[in-house]
Amino acid sequence: MQLKNILNHQVHKPSKQSHFNPRMKKMKWLTFPYIIWMIGFIILPLIMIVYYGLTTKTGGFTFENILLINDPINRKALILALQLSLISTIICLLLAYPLAMILSNAKMSSNNFIVLIIILPMWMNFLLRTIAWQNILERTGILNRILDFLHLPTLNIINTPAAIILGMVYNFLPFMVLPIYNVLIKIDKDVINAARDLGANSTLTFLKIILPLSIPGVISGITMVFVPSLTTFVISTILGGSKIVLIGNVIEQQFRLGNWHTGSGLSLVLMIFILFSMAVISKYDKESEGNLW
Amino acid sequence: MTQNKLINLCNITKSYGDTLVLDDLNLYIRENEFLTLLGPSGCGKTTTLRIIGGFENPDRGNVIFEGKDITKLPPNERQLNTVFQKYALFNHMTIAENIAFGLKIKKKSKAYIQDKIKYALKLVNLDGYENRMPNSLSGGQQQRIAIARAIVNEPKVLLLDEPLGALDLKLRQDMQYELIRLKNELGITFIYVTHDQEEALTMSDTIVVMNQGYIQQIGTPEDIYNEPQNAFVADFIGESNIIAATMVEDRLVNILGTNFPCVDTGFGRNKPVDVVIRPEDIDLVEPEEDIITGVVTSLIFKGVHYEMEVLANGHEWLVHSTDLSPVGSKVGIKVDPFDIQIMNKPESEDEQATEIVE
Repeated sequence: MQLKNILNHQVHKPSKQSHFNPRMKKMKWLTFPYIIWMIGFIILPLIMIVYYGLTTKTGGFTFENILLINDPINRKALILALQLSLISTIICLLLAYPLAMILSNAKMSSNNFIVLIIILPMWMNFLLRTIAWQNILERTGILNRILDFLHLPTLNIINTPAAIILGMVYNFLPFMVLPIYNVLIKIDKDVINAARDLGANSTLTFLKIILPLSIPGVISGITMVFVPSLTTFVISTILGGSKIVLIGNVIEQQFRLGNWHTGSGLSLVLMIFILFSMAVISKYDKESEGNLW
Repeated sequence: MTQNKLINLCNITKSYGDTLVLDDLNLYIRENEFLTLLGPSGCGKTTTLRIIGGFENPDRGNVIFEGKDITKLPPNERQLNTVFQKYALFNHMTIAENIAFGLKIKKKSKAYIQDKIKYALKLVNLDGYENRMPNSLSGGQQQRIAIARAIVNEPKVLLLDEPLGALDLKLRQDMQYELIRLKNELGITFIYVTHDQEEALTMSDTIVVMNQGYIQQIGTPEDIYNEPQNAFVADFIGESNIIAATMVEDRLVNILGTNFPCVDTGFGRNKPVDVVIRPEDIDLVEPEEDIITGVVTSLIFKGVHYEMEVLANGHEWLVHSTDLSPVGSKVGIKVDPFDIQIMNKPESEDEQATEIVE
């Protein structure tokens, strides 16, 4: 049931009084399009992936596709993907938390503006923005030309893990800022005042009150950055060149080669990793609620 | 009651943007006093409390606590604790952890803290709730935990910001008695903010009636109720008939064309004044000469008494009585001299602000 918990963090907790009254029952047919959508585009594809992942080309049952993760190349790609997405998640968290704090304390008019600025890049195509970074970081790109002009040593970031991390942080930072900001603004100012009133200085108030109360937002932020980072193949293709292969690239290649069984098997492995890491996070969440002192 | 001034507010002025919330407010609070700041919303009572608590800084003026200026001191360095309007409990901690919060910061011993938790929960009649989470408690219980969390720190002053506002009537009345009991048991000073005049009358030693950033009247509940100093206080505290009248001479006032004997002196001759007559102080009698007579226009049964409106001399008189006079009946209006409260009409512009705005 831990997965359900995580989902509840993302979508704000459903209200307890959402029981259906008789009139609502009549409106039930309104849900049919959604049910059809979910069956056709979520459940069916999932079943297909599980089916392809667990069968051979002749249709027989096998674990071989899944065990292909043990292949040195695949394993290396998975470990690298885990490392890079973990690092970029941590960087996002470290950048986003103070920003969300500043935003939640700012005056109403100015904070709407800053939130807009954070969301604004998301209105432009994700692919375009990543290609823009490629142009900036290239050996003869904008950044190096500026450094060269200033007679500073040029940087060689493109096609390195650092470039991929930069791309991940740049693209996914808003997904970390917004959930944290959302929980922070919902903390009653008087709860913070109460902590101060009872003798806590601002550091203690942050550690004992604000931080624990913001954990749900941190967790949804982590999930929303870590999961797309782990599965991405676009960022690694554009900013990592062909040298750096993440698990997302491996899976993409398998499907391109028409190797649906292997691709699905590796996807299943990735899904298991995601479920596992989310379970660990949400377990930590529950423990932290209990033992604050 | 000791006469020590525990807290002294001197010339406190506070505005938010262009809105002046408090204008040159002066007030002192004595040790062991139950002082209530009473007024309609926006009158500055909560701001006053938050300035005492340290959550707001006044633009001008000083807060003196036991002779020391604490105006600039942050809340965590003040020897007072606050009970917030919406309880402000820490929802991620158990009840015991909530109550222990202040004590742990003060690095008290484990045994001491355990004792204090037990004692505080007993005091608010919630023994055995140590391991519950705040969300599993009712509003009244949460409020009592908020009080327990504040009093374990043994503050010299407890600030309460409309603590009973969110509770239903029955619970509110129970809590009023509990607060009085607590105050007597603990022997600390209470500063209480409310817009509920009944609450203020029931619990307070001293009531400070505020409106639009000004103090209208300070006094005991009896003073405030029986001798309101202006129309605002009279209207805000209980129901009343406020009528423009003329002071003919000492001890005689002309109300709507009829002379009434009263007990006030010193207003001068033929001076326009306002008179306040409480609805329960009016006796409806058989119509006679020399007294105002009128017709009953409405009759409502209120449980303890009947509420009647009598149209007489162009004024709707509000009358509370346990005796019934049917609608349409002709009645005479009689008021005892000491039940007529005479007030000066507002003169200066500052006093104009005290006009009823509701």
